[in-house]
Amino acid sequence: MRNWLPLLVFAVLVIFLGIGLYLDPREVPSPLIDKPAPAFSAPQLHHPEQAFAPEQFKGKVWILNVWASWCVSCRAEHAVLNEFAKKGLVTLVGLNYKDEAADARQWLGMLGNPYQLSVMDKDGKIGLDWGVYGVPESFVIDKKGIVRHKHIGPVDEKSLEEVLIPLIQTLNGEAA
Amino acid sequence: MKKILPAALWLCSQLAVAAPPAAQVEVYDFKDPVLEQRYQTLTEQLRCLVCQNQNIADSHAELAQDLRSKVHELLIKGDNDEQIVKYMTDRYGDFVLYRPPFKIKTLLLWLAPALAVLLGGFGFWRVMKNARQPKEQLPEAELKSIRNLLDKE
Repeated sequence: MRNWLPLLVFAVLVIFLGIGLYLDPREVPSPLIDKPAPAFSAPQLHHPEQAFAPEQFKGKVWILNVWASWCVSCRAEHAVLNEFAKKGLVTLVGLNYKDEAADARQWLGMLGNPYQLSVMDKDGKIGLDWGVYGVPESFVIDKKGIVRHKHIGPVDEKSLEEVLIPLIQTLNGEAA
Repeated sequence: MKKILPAALWLCSQLAVAAPPAAQVEVYDFKDPVLEQRYQTLTEQLRCLVCQNQNIADSHAELAQDLRSKVHELLIKGDNDEQIVKYMTDRYGDFVLYRPPFKIKTLLLWLAPALAVLLGGFGFWRVMKNARQPKEQLPEAELKSIRNLLDKE
């Protein structure tokens, strides 16, 4: 008994540390999941005279993608999003976070615009309400206006295929 | 030597002047010292999610700046500490708190130290108990042969 006790303690330690190796401390779980999308009303990037509010998309599955022209990893993500938008699976809305409108428009003009529309969050107030702490981030919102998933960091082919597309297909099948 | 010291002092003073100014943390002017104290305590309790091992009082990250300004805004608005902490956890989750709340999910986290002490105490008690037990008596015949062997030396 006394001989294998240290081994047991060691084994438990190894299991815990092993699990720890595969966790990403940068991915902080969002408390917004399964809660109503935080409300806002903000001017659109391309039509500043028009405001967008999340409740306008009730009955639709949509993704709020937080991006900025100063964000380096958004560039890589942007190519993926452009391809993804062509599939027409879901409505993409951009949240232009702490950016200059002119820079943002130029950026989209240069790299292509996957978004149905983008809203301006110049001082990051909307971002704060949505718990944004690193750009890019993406939220999947269902037909009832509930946040169902948060993707932290750039969306890539793998996360689209494995997580986002299956989730969107399920949500598209749900009743409004 | 006497000449070197003033020169060294002069050099040091020049270096101090030439050093770039440290990045400034914005200062909020609280009229009420109680409010200021609460601001200090709150910002020291909240974690910056970008740097993760710094509280928002110490961090220069832009997000920490935003969170500080939010704490300031809510304090001026008259929110109590609980409301401000809830505002943060509603958006960023319990991770934003340096001191995690005691709930089912964090049970192991909070109880692990006590558990470790108990386990160690139990181990210690067992070792001590074994040490105190009288040694096993050898049969008389074996003792005799041992004595014989020793006497031969």
